[in-house]
Amino acid sequence: MCSGEWTLNYLKTVAIILESYSVISPISWEISNVTELDSAGVALWHLYYRKFEKMGFASEIIGSKKEHIQLYNLLYPHPQDDVIAPNRPGWLYRVGKEAYLSIKGIGTFLTFLGEAFTVLLYSLRNPSIIRYRSISSHIITAGFDALPIIAVSAFLIGVVIAFQSIVQLQKFGADILIVDMIGISLTRELAPLITAIVIAGRSGSAFTAQIGAMKMTQEIDAMKTMGFHPHLFLVWPRVIALMIVLPLLIFFADLVGIFGGMVIASTQSHLSYTEFINRLQGALPIKHFIIGIVKGPFFAILIAMTGTYRGFQVSANTESIGQYTTKSVVNAIFLVIACDALFSILLTELKI
Amino acid sequence: MKPIIIEARNIVTSFGENLIHNNVSCTIREHEIYALLGGSGSGKSTLLREMIMLGKPSSGTIHIFGTDISHLSLVEAQGLRKKWGVLFQSGALYSSLTVGENIALLYEEYTDLPPKLIRELIKLKIDLVGLPQHAIHLYPSELSGGMVKRASLARALALDPKLLFLDEPTSGLDPLSSRQFDALIQQLRDLLGLTVVMVTHDLDTIHHIVDRFLLLGEKKAIAEGTLDEVLAINHPIIDYFFQKETHGIKS
Repeated sequence: MCSGEWTLNYLKTVAIILESYSVISPISWEISNVTELDSAGVALWHLYYRKFEKMGFASEIIGSKKEHIQLYNLLYPHPQDDVIAPNRPGWLYRVGKEAYLSIKGIGTFLTFLGEAFTVLLYSLRNPSIIRYRSISSHIITAGFDALPIIAVSAFLIGVVIAFQSIVQLQKFGADILIVDMIGISLTRELAPLITAIVIAGRSGSAFTAQIGAMKMTQEIDAMKTMGFHPHLFLVWPRVIALMIVLPLLIFFADLVGIFGGMVIASTQSHLSYTEFINRLQGALPIKHFIIGIVKGPFFAILIAMTGTYRGFQVSANTESIGQYTTKSVVNAIFLVIACDALFSILLTELKI
Repeated sequence: MKPIIIEARNIVTSFGENLIHNNVSCTIREHEIYALLGGSGSGKSTLLREMIMLGKPSSGTIHIFGTDISHLSLVEAQGLRKKWGVLFQSGALYSSLTVGENIALLYEEYTDLPPKLIRELIKLKIDLVGLPQHAIHLYPSELSGGMVKRASLARALALDPKLLFLDEPTSGLDPLSSRQFDALIQQLRDLLGLTVVMVTHDLDTIHHIVDRFLLLGEKKAIAEGTLDEVLAINHPIIDYFFQKETHGIKS
C-alpha cells in the first residue's frame, strides 16, 4: 500500500521503509492513494522495482492513474544502463603526469620568452610601434599607486631590524653599529627583496588576472585578428613599466626603511638623527646601494614575465583564472628569491 | 480560465535617470508557455530578473503563486525559490563541478534523499533533457553550446519545479538544435505540467511553442496575448518586430 505525497520532500521515510523490507513473495504496489507524484517518487519506485526484480520477485501495480503512467513513460522511455565513472588514475600516473607537465611548462615558458624577444627586436627597429602610452599608464598603476604599501612595508622592516639588532648590539656596547647594520642589510638585500615581493603580489597577480580575463572574453583573439600583437600590446608595456619602476621603488624603500631604523635607534639607544646620518655616510659604501638598485630590473622582468605568461595560460573556465593567478604569484616570488640567491653567490665569488 | 501563476502590476523600473519600464503589467497563467518579447534594451531581461528576485522594480507589485515577492522574509523567499527553476542565457553551470555534481548540489542542499536515489534522479534528468549518459562526468568546459543549455535545463528541473524561467533558451544554438530544444520544452510543459516564462528573440520559437506573450517597447507593454491577437493590432513596433509584409510571420 502506498499513499500520500510521493514527492521530493517526503520521500526520505519511504526510502527507509523500502530499504528495510525483506521481500519473500511477489509485490503488489497499490498506488491509487498516492495523491502527488513527482520524478523523485517515480525514481524511487523504479529503483526498488529493479531491486526486487533482481531478487526474483515480480511486481504488479494496482490503481495507477493516467498521469502516473505519462510521467513514468517520460522518465523511463527506454531501459537505463549504468555508466561507470571514468577511473581515477593511480598516484604513480599522477606524479608522472605532473612531472611531465612541469618540464613541458619550462618549454612553453621559454617559447613565450622567445616570442616576446622576437617582438622586442622587431619593435626596436620600428620604435614608433612601441606602446609608450600603455607603458606610462602601467608606471602609474604598478609604481606610483604602490608607494603607500611599499612605504609601510619598508618602514616596518627597518623598525624590526633595528629592534632586533639593537638588543644584541647593546650587550657589547656597540650601539653605533646599528647604523652599519641597517644601512647595509636594507639597501643590499632587504629593500629589494621586500619591494619585489610586494610588487609580485600586487602587480604580478593583476597582470595575470587582466590578461586572463581578456583571454576568456576572446579579446586576445580579437587583437590577433586585427594584427595587434599581444606581446607588443600587453606583455612588453607591463615588463618595461615594471623595469623602470622597480629600481625607483627600491630606492624609495631604502629611504623609508633607513628612516624606520633611525626612529628606533633614536628612541631605543638615544642615537640622534644627525649622528645616525653622519655615521651612515662612512658606514655605507655606495656599492651596496648600487647592488640593491641593480637587482630591480632583474626582479621586474621575472615578475612581469611570469605574470603575463600565466595570464595567457588561462582557459575558458572561470576557475582557471584564480588558479593561474595563484601560480603566477607563487612562481614570481620563488623566482625573485632564487635570483637574489644567485646574486649573492655571484657577488661573493666576485668579492664585491 | 486557468489559475494565475504570475501577476505583475504597474511595474516601473529605472536605473538612475534611465527609465526602463513605465507601468508594465502582465499576467501569466498555469501551463502556459509565456514569452517576454521586445527589441534589445526594451527591458525584457530586466523584467525576468525582477520576477526571479534578482532585481527589484522601483514601484509596482509582482505576485508569484499568489505571494507578493516584494515583502518576503528570508525563509519565505527561500521556499519560493525552490518552486522554480531558471535557465540562464549562458547556462551558468558551476565550472568547477561536473554536470552530475551541478545537479546533485540541489538535492544535497535541499533534500535528505539517500545517495542511491540521487544518483538515479541525476541519470533521469540527464536523460530527460536528451543528453548522453556519459555527460554526467563531464565538466562544463567540455560541453558544446547546445549541451550546456541542456545540462543547465536538467539542473533547473532538478527539484521538479512547477515554474520554469528561460532566458533566451535558443540563442547560440543552430536552427535544428533550437527546434529540438523548443520541442523538448513543449513536451516538458505537457507532461510535467510546467508553466514556462521565457525571454526570446527567436521568431520560430514564438510561432511554434509560445502560447501568449508580452511585447515590450517604448518602455511600455505594447501588446499582450496570443500571436493572432497581437498581429491583428496595428502598431509600428508590432509590424517591425514581426517583420509583417516582408519575410516574417504571416498571420
